[in-house]
Amino acid sequence: MSALTVISRKPLSFVLSSMAILGALAGLLVGMGLKFAILGLIFGAVLSVGLSFVAICLLDNEKRSRWGLLAFWLVLGFFFFGLAGGLVGILWGWFFGWFVFWLFEGRYRARLHPYLTSRQVLWHFTFRVICGAIFTYLITPILVVMPLSFNAQDFFTFTPEMLQFDPAGYSLKHYRDFFNNNEWQRSFKNSLIIAPISTIISVSLGTLAAIGLSQRHVPFKRLIMALLISPMIVPLIISATGMFFFYATVGNFLENSLGVDKNFVGYIKVILAHSVLGIPFVIITVTATLVGFDNSLTQAAANMGADPVTTFFRVQMPLILPGVISGGLFAFITSFDEVVVIMFVGSASQKTLPWQMFIGLREQISPTILAVATILVVLSIMLLTTLELLRRRSEKLRGLSPA
Amino acid sequence: MTVSTKTDQILSADGMPLKKSLGRALRHQKRRALMLVAPLLIFIFVAFIMPIVSMLFRSVENDIVVNTLPQTVMALQSWNAETEELPDEDVYAAFAADIKLAAETKTHTKVGLRLNYEQAGIASLFKKTARKVKKWDIESDGPFKEKFIGVHKNWGKIEIWRTLKVHSSRYTSGYFLNAIDMRKTAGGPKAQPEDKQILLLLFQRTIIMSLVITGSCILLGYPVAWLLANVPLRKANLLLILVLLPFWTSLLVRTSAWKVMLQQQGVINDLLVQLGMVSDGARLVMINNQTGTIVAMTHILLPFMILPMYSVMQTIPPTYLRAAKSLGATDWTAFWRVYFPQSVPGIGAGSILVFILAIGYYITPEIVGGTKGVFISNRIAYSILKSLNWGLGAALATILLVAVLILYWAYDKMVGIDNVKLGG
Repeated sequence: MSALTVISRKPLSFVLSSMAILGALAGLLVGMGLKFAILGLIFGAVLSVGLSFVAICLLDNEKRSRWGLLAFWLVLGFFFFGLAGGLVGILWGWFFGWFVFWLFEGRYRARLHPYLTSRQVLWHFTFRVICGAIFTYLITPILVVMPLSFNAQDFFTFTPEMLQFDPAGYSLKHYRDFFNNNEWQRSFKNSLIIAPISTIISVSLGTLAAIGLSQRHVPFKRLIMALLISPMIVPLIISATGMFFFYATVGNFLENSLGVDKNFVGYIKVILAHSVLGIPFVIITVTATLVGFDNSLTQAAANMGADPVTTFFRVQMPLILPGVISGGLFAFITSFDEVVVIMFVGSASQKTLPWQMFIGLREQISPTILAVATILVVLSIMLLTTLELLRRRSEKLRGLSPA
Repeated sequence: MTVSTKTDQILSADGMPLKKSLGRALRHQKRRALMLVAPLLIFIFVAFIMPIVSMLFRSVENDIVVNTLPQTVMALQSWNAETEELPDEDVYAAFAADIKLAAETKTHTKVGLRLNYEQAGIASLFKKTARKVKKWDIESDGPFKEKFIGVHKNWGKIEIWRTLKVHSSRYTSGYFLNAIDMRKTAGGPKAQPEDKQILLLLFQRTIIMSLVITGSCILLGYPVAWLLANVPLRKANLLLILVLLPFWTSLLVRTSAWKVMLQQQGVINDLLVQLGMVSDGARLVMINNQTGTIVAMTHILLPFMILPMYSVMQTIPPTYLRAAKSLGATDWTAFWRVYFPQSVPGIGAGSILVFILAIGYYITPEIVGGTKGVFISNRIAYSILKSLNWGLGAALATILLVAVLILYWAYDKMVGIDNVKLGG
């Protein structure tokens, strides 16, 4: 939808009345905080109209006007609210200048169809603002956690020092706590033991089964598929309840009859439970990769005398590797992030990072959780990037152009 | 290649009929495929299906009473629980023998605990009685009826014996009745006393709140999915990151973020106070109630709504809308009569997915739900981990499992399980 609409300047009355509404809203917002809402509303509208008039009619040079507006708001913000106010002033000043000329020059119509009525144009932008609000809702919780984890106080909110960008308001003490506290370190280590091992189990068994499932003639294919995906379908609390009974019996048998170490049995139980949970993700991603796999390649390899194992490792595996790795990442994150099953199946000595976070959130909430949360967010960003790169590579390997 | 013409059969190179040879090759292929799947299938069966089956079994199993008190259960069979008369002496004698044996092997507390779920106070009654009975001589110390009533007057009460008789069968429907706020009595199923009725309320709340969460996910997800499907692909991919990042972030991180945001001293309340919209004394209570659960869970499940909607909307050609408008439809008519019907499959798929995920959720309601915003899954965890009423926990989980399986069956009919995509 790239329409070439000829844009033209809009009448001053339209621009000024729009700016009055904008200024009134902003003034109301600031005024309410300072306990004089009505005054703020009127003052905001007047100031906004005045500035717009000056910018458009008197200065009559867009570049100069916008710099002027930026400077004006910066000074105003800094004068009344200090450093943070200055920063908000810059952002607001930039937006204000951009918005005035966006309206005045009629740029808002540039990418829209020329035949749209003004009501349709208004709806177009209202809709975008609504979507923006929903995106904000989606992303804010994750963004809020990060700066709060550098809080020098043990509060869960922004302190006045933080808002003033005072270095004294920030510290790394929650991160230090995470790296020095035995409880956190032990749970972190447990996570690093349990997640990789269960990932390896689910990836090796899952890949093998996915290759089997993608053969041409598989009896009971739907039933088998349903069974293999079922751990993803059944809610975690139900899987956890079932595993709680069964694994306790198995664990008791191992401990009492075979005399295996109690701690070791605990790890085995948790790792098995987590591999089960990771398997559906491996199956789904690997079968999806195998859909585009050219079977004549394995036939060619066999024709040239390669045995099935060599064919698998030298021909098939390199081609489906991106799918296997992304399945593995899914399995890893499933295990790394899992709390419910491990709480039911494991004991305190298998406490993982999310479990420790859960306890912290439920009982004595400590800001160290926010530091851990930030570390995990960074981890998931890295994971997301890896997956995206793998997806592109896989598409390239299959001869599809990246979308 | 030898081709035999006289038997109307085509033979392959080794002299076998071709049909047979092909059949053998097919069998071989099938066997190989199954061999590849077999290790995982066995693994899933042992590590997942058997636990689930054992849970189903637990929800009806009740052999602890009959195993610990076998003679009493036998003797009680001749006693009619409907009458107002206490059991005969031989029941008391059998009970004395059983409880003495149980006290020696220390299993009496387990039976006591089991029966305590049905009638409060039985656990302590059993403990107290077992201490006394241990010193008795079963052969010579009779008659026991008076002695038992002497130990505790409750042994002269008919309700105790009724409870014992009703819950003496090897398999019981008692846990399922408990799960729907009923109890098993001698005269058939009856409603629980008012103060113990909570589970039906929890089931109801789980369903209503899951519906509300699904509804708000549709409301918030639809515009976003529409936007993603209608902007240029490069821009859509950038915006998709904003959807996928929360999707990929740890559940605990998102839940703790909401706890931080929604608290009374939290970020949102602070912001509102700073802006003067709420006075400092009247900060909003947004956590530890249903609002907290709904806000946080909608956020957590929203990507599961947006992604299926987006994949459906991508396939709707934008020209349809323009055609409708050029034929004279207003914006609203064009959307409602042309675009919306085509996007319904996406809404359906997303809704079922979100609803299924919501009714089984545990972590988030537990942390931000307080007491008013918890789901049935929290009750399951409570039964299993805290009150140790495993039978009840298993029965509740079984009911939830059946509900989820029915929903998945519907999902499979609508979308197909093997069409599940993992965003990206």
